[in-house]
Amino acid sequence: MKYIVCVKQVPDTQGKVAVKEDGTMDRSKMAAIINPDDLNAVEAALTLKDSNPDAKVVVVTMGPPPAAGMLHELLAMGADEAVLVSGREFGGSDTFATSQILAGAISHIGIEADDVIFCGRQAIDGDTAQVGPQIAEKLGIPQISYAADIEQNGNTLKVKRVLEDGYMTIEADTPCLITCIKELNKPRYMTVSGILEFDKKPYSVFDYETLKDEPLIEADTIGLKGSPTNVYKSFSPPQKAPGRMIAANESGVKELAQELAAKHII
Amino acid sequence: MYDCTDIKSFSGVMVFCEAREGKINTTSFELLSEGRKLADDLGTELSGLLIGKDVKGLAGQIGGYGADKVYVVESPLLETYTTDAYTKVISDVVHEKKPEILLIGATNIGRDLGPRCAARLHTGLTADATHLDIDTGKYLDFLRESSTIDVDSMKWDMEDKGLKMTRPAFGGHLMATIICPRFRPQMSTVRPGVLKCAEFDQAKADSVVIEELKTDLSDADLKTRVLEVVKETKEIVDLLGAEVIVSVGQGIAKDPEKGIALASELAEVLGGGVVGASRAAVDAGFISGDHQVGQTGKTVRPHI
Amino acid sequence: MILDEKRLLMRKLCREFAENEFTDELLDRLEETGEFDWDIFHKMGQYGFCGVKIPKEYGGQGGDSLDYVIMVEEFAKVSPVLSLYANTSNSLGGGPLMICGNEEQKAKYLGDVASGKKIMIFCLTEPGAGSDAGGTITTAKEDGDYFILNGRKTFASGAPIADYACVLAKTDTSLRGSKGISMFIVDMKLPGVNCGKPEHKMGIVGYPTSDVIFEDVRVHKDDMVGKRDKGFGAAMATLDGGRLGIAAQSLGIAEGAYAEALKYAKERKQFGQPIANFQAISFMLADMATEIEAARELIYSTAIKKDAGDPEASKLCAMSKLFASEMCNRVAYKAVQIHGGYGYIKEYKVERFYRDARITSLYEGTSQIQQLVIANTILR
Repeated sequence: MKYIVCVKQVPDTQGKVAVKEDGTMDRSKMAAIINPDDLNAVEAALTLKDSNPDAKVVVVTMGPPPAAGMLHELLAMGADEAVLVSGREFGGSDTFATSQILAGAISHIGIEADDVIFCGRQAIDGDTAQVGPQIAEKLGIPQISYAADIEQNGNTLKVKRVLEDGYMTIEADTPCLITCIKELNKPRYMTVSGILEFDKKPYSVFDYETLKDEPLIEADTIGLKGSPTNVYKSFSPPQKAPGRMIAANESGVKELAQELAAKHII
Repeated sequence: MYDCTDIKSFSGVMVFCEAREGKINTTSFELLSEGRKLADDLGTELSGLLIGKDVKGLAGQIGGYGADKVYVVESPLLETYTTDAYTKVISDVVHEKKPEILLIGATNIGRDLGPRCAARLHTGLTADATHLDIDTGKYLDFLRESSTIDVDSMKWDMEDKGLKMTRPAFGGHLMATIICPRFRPQMSTVRPGVLKCAEFDQAKADSVVIEELKTDLSDADLKTRVLEVVKETKEIVDLLGAEVIVSVGQGIAKDPEKGIALASELAEVLGGGVVGASRAAVDAGFISGDHQVGQTGKTVRPHI
Repeated sequence: MILDEKRLLMRKLCREFAENEFTDELLDRLEETGEFDWDIFHKMGQYGFCGVKIPKEYGGQGGDSLDYVIMVEEFAKVSPVLSLYANTSNSLGGGPLMICGNEEQKAKYLGDVASGKKIMIFCLTEPGAGSDAGGTITTAKEDGDYFILNGRKTFASGAPIADYACVLAKTDTSLRGSKGISMFIVDMKLPGVNCGKPEHKMGIVGYPTSDVIFEDVRVHKDDMVGKRDKGFGAAMATLDGGRLGIAAQSLGIAEGAYAEALKYAKERKQFGQPIANFQAISFMLADMATEIEAARELIYSTAIKKDAGDPEASKLCAMSKLFASEMCNRVAYKAVQIHGGYGYIKEYKVERFYRDARITSLYEGTSQIQQLVIANTILR
């Protein structure tokens, strides 16, 4: 039994965001972190593994070579195996092409009847929430997105799927893909022994050569060429007029109340 | 013969109208209102796609917000949303009707459904768009107003009739306009509450053409089973309609509970308002995501 | 020092753990009650912190001294007292066994100590024997397969919560000074072992310290650690490792106090501008930052040399502790100074750092004892 988790390294948009002159993001100037929702996905897999110790947790990412650091961290958290999908041919992929490549990589790892694939709901750089469902479609397996609770009974998964005004309880048989949200769990830390021994765990790099015989991987389904969407223009939104700070004391409160009243707002 | 790269064989704007429990959501009406403008710019027709169980009666509303035509697909298997059934029906309809544009509301369901459909149809999908344009001139007006780009010093293809889908990225620090030049339909999920809803037009509602389509959907197509659908008794955070919003940010880090309580109290005093939150406050886990406002959260139009 | 990937991950882990788990609420509770917090201790055990430096074959994590100092530094940065929680097992608690315990003893005790299931402490100081360990008057008299312990140890950190204590006692009263002293593992539940009342301390509140009284305590001879009458050397070797740990704790305290001062200096406005704009303040910050860097380099390189068996290691451990503990007191002093009157108020974090800093130049050998060790080495 395998739990395959797709993860992404993203620039930390919480900190300072660096924009280049041409309107694109300057990733080199920003700290790289593990996409937060993906950490929930990893935790979901590790939690299920805690009660199925024979299961293997395999983390997969597509990205440039420095993404290896993130995979090491996930191995130190408790993942059993890591795969870095990296190659020039994969560069410039949009969500469609990315999911095509990741689905190809997962096929290459091999999906068995009792496997579960986990993704984060969305990545904080693009916020698209597309790659998970598209991997599922390309692998021809069911998906359950926005998972806030997961229960596994043998080959059946019961998932609480969040809606705007409530939730659904959905059941699916393995193999299936689940996208995870923050409410699902609290990711664990690495462990000391995990850090000291991550390099003893299996680690592979899949490049184009490795994957080229996978049916999903074609020159016109991957990379820039295989991406149906293009960026037409990107730009920074105009700066809003700065708000005015009013002191957090009694006279400030009076001032605010007077102003709101003067404008007939209250 | 369906060929997603044969651009000329596609025409018309289609809006997926999401109906839950016999009610079409407001986002669908926003999309229809916007779809009307896009269809007019293209000189083509606007259709609504309504699927579910016993939903035909809702078709008039779709017309009232601008659709020329409503495609209705009914099946007992479509009563509650499932990814598999809805993806199949939508993809089948697209195969048959070949719209050049397909819009879906970026609700939790739309964001589950959209990517799956786009993958099956082998086309691009823009997530969470906040602005749509066909006409380049109108797009340039939009850029003049909402960007720092020196529009007039650049060359533009004014004849281009491709859909220009603009969306926030990198947590709203950047806006990107996405196009899908080589495949059809051009698909986008659209952020709820951003586009303006048109006035309801009773005459159009009465005259809308309804076309029922058959589906060969069967139990075997459904790979997931919905065991229950639960409405949360928790207070629904209605930021979109709120008159008063008291927003909290990272500043409440010291004592989130107290900070939120204080904000609720203030909102209450100001006349039954709602608590909003910055992305930072949501990311830090102080408050749930349905409180989030701004580029990556909900677009709000409060009084205060 | 340029750290490799594993050390950087170790630092990240320890930093994230401390920042998330050492909540203000927990720190205030420790301060108010003075009681040991078992929940956080067990969590430390679960993530492997209690056994960082204990070899894998004895149930530890198999890290080295550098991993250990990084952990203590990061923990102390947020909470000086909580840094002691994961420190003891790796230094004074597990140290004697790692240095001279036999296989049976290591197998029996180290695993539980490494995992945080059991707590082992070190009892050296006596009312009449502090810096002068040779003044030890606790005795262990042989009686068949047992030794009978009598005496009193004082300032035993962790005594009220300990399962075992490593105790130094005179086995040959005819020998003078540091000779004739042996080391024993004493089960704290044995009849005749009693703890005094926890001391009211200036700082590191939340890690209880008390006297331990031994009255005719029968300890099996299998629990004698190292060679008979040769316990003092083992105790000194244990203290080398301990000193490195206190140096790391001092470094962390200094970093924590400095960070508070830096933040405050940028926020606090006087004469219409942030006080950080004034040279009187910014130069203090510059000195603080410089001393912290210097201490870190000294401590990290000492950790590496100690593990490599460098003959200078003992001296370097004393130098690390001397410099870092004095440095952290200077930094904490300046941090309070930068805060002005606010630094004297308990609501401000520097107040606690200032009190916690004070112990570092006292325990596990005062600064003067470190000077003595260093002087003895360089004048030898």
